[in-house]
Amino acid sequence: MAITSDVLVVGGGLAGITAALSAAREGADVRLVSHKQSTLQQASGLVDALGYVPHTRTETDTDPAKTPTAGRTGVHDRPDPAGPLADPFAAIDDLPEGHPYRLVGADALREGLALFDEVVEGYQGAHTDRNALVPTFGGTVKPTARYPEAAAAGLASDDRPMLVVGFRSLTEFDARQVAARLEAAGVPFPVVGAEVAFPAAFRDGAMVTRLARALDLDESIDGTPARRALADAVDPHLDAVDGGDARVGFPAFLGDDEAPAVRADLADYLGAEVFEIPMGPPSLPGLRLADRLYDALDDASVRYETGVPVVGRELAGEVDGSDAASGRLEALLVDRKGTEVPYAADAVVLATGGLVGKGIDSDRQGVREPVLGCHVPHPAERYEWYVDDAFGDQPYARFGVDTDERLRPLDGDGAVQFPNVRVAGATLGGADVAREKSASGVSLATGLVAGREAAAEVAR
Amino acid sequence: MTEHNHTDGDEPRDDRTDEPSRDDPGPGVPHLGRDEEPAVYGPDYRFDLPEDLDESVVTETDHPIGDETAATPEAEAAVPDGGASTAGEDLDPSNYDAVDVFDTGALDLRDGADSCYKCTTCETSCPVAEVDDSFPGPKFQGPEQWRLKRKQDADIDESITDCSNCMRCDSACPSSVPLSQMHNEARSEFVEEQMEKLSTEYVRNRILSNYRFFAAIASKTPRLANFVTGLSVTQWAGEKLLGITGEREFPDFAEETFREWWRERGGAQVENPEKRVAYFHGCYSNYNTPEVGKAMVRVYERFGYEVMIPPQKCSGTPMFANGMLADARRHAEKNVEELVAAIGEGADIIASCTSCSLSLRQEYPELFDIHGIEDVAENTFEALEYLRIHEDLDGALADASLDGEELAYHAPCHARNQGLARQAIETFDDVNGVAVEDVGDSCSGISGTYGWKAEKYDYSMEIGAEMFEHMRAAEGEVGMTECPTCAMQMEHGTGYDIRHPLQLLEAALVD
Repeated sequence: MAITSDVLVVGGGLAGITAALSAAREGADVRLVSHKQSTLQQASGLVDALGYVPHTRTETDTDPAKTPTAGRTGVHDRPDPAGPLADPFAAIDDLPEGHPYRLVGADALREGLALFDEVVEGYQGAHTDRNALVPTFGGTVKPTARYPEAAAAGLASDDRPMLVVGFRSLTEFDARQVAARLEAAGVPFPVVGAEVAFPAAFRDGAMVTRLARALDLDESIDGTPARRALADAVDPHLDAVDGGDARVGFPAFLGDDEAPAVRADLADYLGAEVFEIPMGPPSLPGLRLADRLYDALDDASVRYETGVPVVGRELAGEVDGSDAASGRLEALLVDRKGTEVPYAADAVVLATGGLVGKGIDSDRQGVREPVLGCHVPHPAERYEWYVDDAFGDQPYARFGVDTDERLRPLDGDGAVQFPNVRVAGATLGGADVAREKSASGVSLATGLVAGREAAAEVAR
Repeated sequence: MTEHNHTDGDEPRDDRTDEPSRDDPGPGVPHLGRDEEPAVYGPDYRFDLPEDLDESVVTETDHPIGDETAATPEAEAAVPDGGASTAGEDLDPSNYDAVDVFDTGALDLRDGADSCYKCTTCETSCPVAEVDDSFPGPKFQGPEQWRLKRKQDADIDESITDCSNCMRCDSACPSSVPLSQMHNEARSEFVEEQMEKLSTEYVRNRILSNYRFFAAIASKTPRLANFVTGLSVTQWAGEKLLGITGEREFPDFAEETFREWWRERGGAQVENPEKRVAYFHGCYSNYNTPEVGKAMVRVYERFGYEVMIPPQKCSGTPMFANGMLADARRHAEKNVEELVAAIGEGADIIASCTSCSLSLRQEYPELFDIHGIEDVAENTFEALEYLRIHEDLDGALADASLDGEELAYHAPCHARNQGLARQAIETFDDVNGVAVEDVGDSCSGISGTYGWKAEKYDYSMEIGAEMFEHMRAAEGEVGMTECPTCAMQMEHGTGYDIRHPLQLLEAALVD
């Protein structure tokens, strides 16, 4: 007897969770499996939709296929991208054909964001179609559709003076550099970075989770409660910015479960607004977002398991290992510490991530989708997978599974490869999410459609 | 899987001489683990290979890594790092496809350390690092420490003994770095080579690891044992003399062990060559909570299984956590022998303790090379997991009804690692008359022996605080978990009675 569900979602990131919630809303009985703990904890917690439309190679190179090194344009030739975009929806038609947004349309993005707004508390940005500009810990300003309340007071479109504080023991966050870069980016307010001597009581290199916990519990640090001690350390720097009452930006470690209370206390002690600047991993905003999304799965009665990689598939009518002609998946084989357990489902959503998330894999022979073996179009000549301009239009960035508009994977001939499979998120080809600032939006839009489609497949 | 030269534990420690043996891999190479093969420094493929290359390189394999004479001069110049390429036949250049990328030679680094791209996900999932800022975390204990040791004869950092072996980092790592395996190897090397064998800490850890030994003695006279362990003077002495915390009450020993009950009962009540399972009850179900073992037997017989109870020793979990790999191996040899025999009779292996099942499935094949150990790993299941795969458990439970029970369920970290963190919630979700609430994904904090150590007790309770709080917030005043030591911690922190999912199944399905 296999473990069964109507819809089986493979992948525990934003796309997989969205697909699971979307299918559950259509009445399907949904199970989600994830190889590892959700990698959302590595995410910034910002939910972008579309920040830029970067140039594509075909615009600048007349014949990219002429030589093996064609398309290796110098950095000087690269035109600036369109953006930062004020309205992500309006720019979707400017994206190249085959882009996931072109497949599912602006309405899917709108609905995906609406679903996110419904299930995730503590986010802002839903009041407008326009992008917000959120400072990052690299000192850049990121156009983003939704942002945590913790980042709200830091928006770059706000012209109040800003103080950015960093801590010597937190080497990845250099407050002075963040401030200098923001200034160089031309933000409309004075900004100063200061390094302060908190948390002196902690060992250098203590995990941000340790610092967040101390603030969550307001632990006593040498006799002073942690939140008060932190405020005391920052207080002398408040006057460092010209122009009066500064808002104060911290690296994103201001508490986990009790984050709103931590910020409120700090704001109270400092007499200034307090916000977080999202950081790279380990990312508290990512951890908080993951918690909220998994709570939403619980609320929607979606069953989920982590730590269980999918390692094989069974097709309907399969005999002696030969693939049956229909291509319908009957079950996926899930590895439980060396034992393969079949998980049967009427429909499958593949949301295993892209090249970074290992949902798309490559070696010298080619590029593959390793879980189901979906076709991944790519040039046979390996030198055409990339161009020399590191920030240019890298072909590999768009590698992924091609689908029809119902997100069914297509084989090399353009025919549907697995009729009861839908593909969502970074596993899809056609988007260059790093340059577009579109990763979250693509996951929400395609996750929404894939989940709805999978539920419809069950009903058939 | 390779041999572990220094963990063949049947020999007493004292037999070891200080002189480096022929097997000694030399400075810079971990003594334990997969890398004790002497390195072969690869040739530089940009040059024409001499006719006799294979032979000369095979001869060189007798030299340890780090020995200056190990590499021929031209090969040394060509290879930026050592590695564990194994044998002469691999030196055919056509076997290497990376030559035109790494034009300085073939890189053959240990894949575990290489797979780590320092995303720090393991660190955010580490319950110890969250409360103890002197603990440098899983990334240091695993890949970073391994790299440090590669290049110099560095000692293992003693912070390795602060790792509780909850193994959450394993299920967190998106790159499948074998973190707990690296920790186990480092910890074992630390204990074996750097820890003072007469120290209180060593003696204490040895006692905690070998719980089974003491439990077996105590169970001969359980009432006396319970009386003695219950005395406050015993707790005081445990703390003062051994560093075992006096804050906890020692668990009671059952008056009749599970195995005694099994014999008394006349063994299996169902014979069925088609459906056989061998029950690995572990130490705790035998000596302390035989009711869990009895529930397993009754539930499995209800589904028509013939239950076998093979002779068995400790799964090794507490020994791994304390770096006592030699002890663990001795027990593993016996377990593997018996369990392989059971598999030969058509049985799958079932454990009711999630740490036991994880040990048989993961740590055994990762750490030991014993004949049949892979078969054991592949055929081992947790009790509820197995029924969910092979029986229509939902169907059987559809008509069941319990008397309005409300349980606060905690998923043990070692269940999480097997993908089992949600199975109890799922199984009882639709059963009438029972509400099971998940108290969240935090660690209970006890991690087997960790929370029993006097110097770790406070950390253990800080880690557990979140679970205690969620348990109190949940409806009902009964807890549930698969892990015996998590159960101790749950009881210690809340005063609740703690049950095992098998006991709930028994109540629902067995008359």
